[in-house]
Amino acid sequence: MAYGLVASGIVISFRILAFPDLTVDGSFPLGAAVVARLIMEGIPPIYGVFAAIICGFLAGCCTGLLNTKLKINSLLAGILMMTILYSVNLRIMGRSNIQLLTVNTLLTPLENLDVNRFIPIIGFFFVVALCMKVLTDMFFHTQIGFAMRATGDNEQMIRTLGVNTDNMTVLGLGISNAFVALSGALVAQDQGFSDVGMGMGMIVAGLASIIIGEVLLGAKTVRRMTLAAFVGSIVYKFIISVGLRLGLAPTDLKMATGVMVILALGIPALKKGKEGKLHLRGV
Amino acid sequence: MVKLEGIRKIFSKGTIDEKVAIDRISLHIKKGDFVTIIGSNGAGKTTLLNLTSGTFFPDEGEIFISGSRVTQLAEHRRAKYLGRIFQNPLMGTASSMTIEENFAMADLRGQTRGLRWGVAKARREHYREILKMLELGLENRLKDTVSLLSGGQRQSLTLLMVTLSLPKLLLLDEHTASLDPKTAQKVMDLTQKIVEENNLTTVMVTHNMPQAIRYGNRMIMLHEGKVQFDIEGEEKRALTVEEVVRRFGAELKDEALLS
Repeated sequence: MAYGLVASGIVISFRILAFPDLTVDGSFPLGAAVVARLIMEGIPPIYGVFAAIICGFLAGCCTGLLNTKLKINSLLAGILMMTILYSVNLRIMGRSNIQLLTVNTLLTPLENLDVNRFIPIIGFFFVVALCMKVLTDMFFHTQIGFAMRATGDNEQMIRTLGVNTDNMTVLGLGISNAFVALSGALVAQDQGFSDVGMGMGMIVAGLASIIIGEVLLGAKTVRRMTLAAFVGSIVYKFIISVGLRLGLAPTDLKMATGVMVILALGIPALKKGKEGKLHLRGV
Repeated sequence: MVKLEGIRKIFSKGTIDEKVAIDRISLHIKKGDFVTIIGSNGAGKTTLLNLTSGTFFPDEGEIFISGSRVTQLAEHRRAKYLGRIFQNPLMGTASSMTIEENFAMADLRGQTRGLRWGVAKARREHYREILKMLELGLENRLKDTVSLLSGGQRQSLTLLMVTLSLPKLLLLDEHTASLDPKTAQKVMDLTQKIVEENNLTTVMVTHNMPQAIRYGNRMIMLHEGKVQFDIEGEEKRALTVEEVVRRFGAELKDEALLS
């Protein structure tokens, strides 16, 4: 469920801004690293989560600035930030992973409830993800939200209406990566550790979620898109766990996800004339 | 109102492909003028519009709009002065957004955008009212995405969007060229109506000689980056295609221009 936030973040960069942002693989462990380090320093977990969100936002802004101010290709800008963040995350944690099983996290009060551990936690993540979905929907129906959507849709048009599209790209990537970092921070607390390699393949998994969601629900409006990300990531996780139970080796998980995305994107291209339905902007 | 002084623009400067697109043009467009600009391919018509709207900047010369120097002002900062409609009907609207969302964005031309709701309820009635002008039934389709509309409908929408926040200068870049003749005529009639009703200062680039002659009170012909001729008032009104051919036929190598 917490991974749903990754998909929501990717919706903003890939779908709304049409910006294929690869920072995600770095900003996910960034959120985890920040929260883990701060918890170890004895800072209340809730502040750690907020710090993670801010760090994710800044990371996204950096990618945006690389692209808009230094004119670096969008894919390369994301890869650069992802690589840089690897070192940054190691610096933040001071080592390659931090255990959080023995310390109090944001989720500890929920874990101590007198029921099965999973129910309250899933409930909590559900509420967080739902709140973020609603907030995103609201944001994209404000004046700035319109300008951001138009930046991804028709940059020339909105510029002639007086919007600085560079700023919109930077802001949008910031928000997108703030979502991802929040997700990283929550996942780290849920699984009880933060690891520098935990972001690997995050984008592909997020894309897979979005694609599944959009096949099921369509993507006609912003509300539908965010809902598709939300539902898609649940279905994705479900498919993965069914796959694992049916004997898919955990080692092959990322390959399976990758193949899934390739098939989803490739089949419409092979079936000429039926193109368009799955055409993801930014992919 | 709009002043261009000694504008020069060179593309691929310093390479073998160097091309002087605009060669020291000076123009003064008065408030309320409707200027048509004509010329063959590569004459510099669109370049001139791009320089005026700030898509790129001139190598030499200055540009003023209603007294302010805008020569190096970024495109989005000039927006409060300018409205622009492109040849491609897809360029004027955001296709994944609804009609009312597009209108709301145009409503805020050149203003700071905040976190208020994008579509103000109070304005919705106004949008509906001006959409009625088109007689296309679009006033009942405010929540439809623009991608569902035809090219002509989208170009008409773009025109209406201009009227929401009247610009000091309206730039039309062959805005009927990619429409079928009947739709083109409808869009042109609407343009004329909007320009007259709002007394908009307008510059229209066109490839179509009869259109350039029929509309506007001033006509400028560009050739290889220079002003070939510039006529207005009575003389413009009396102008015919035959007259233009007789006087400038020698330079008019582009047959398409005369068709």
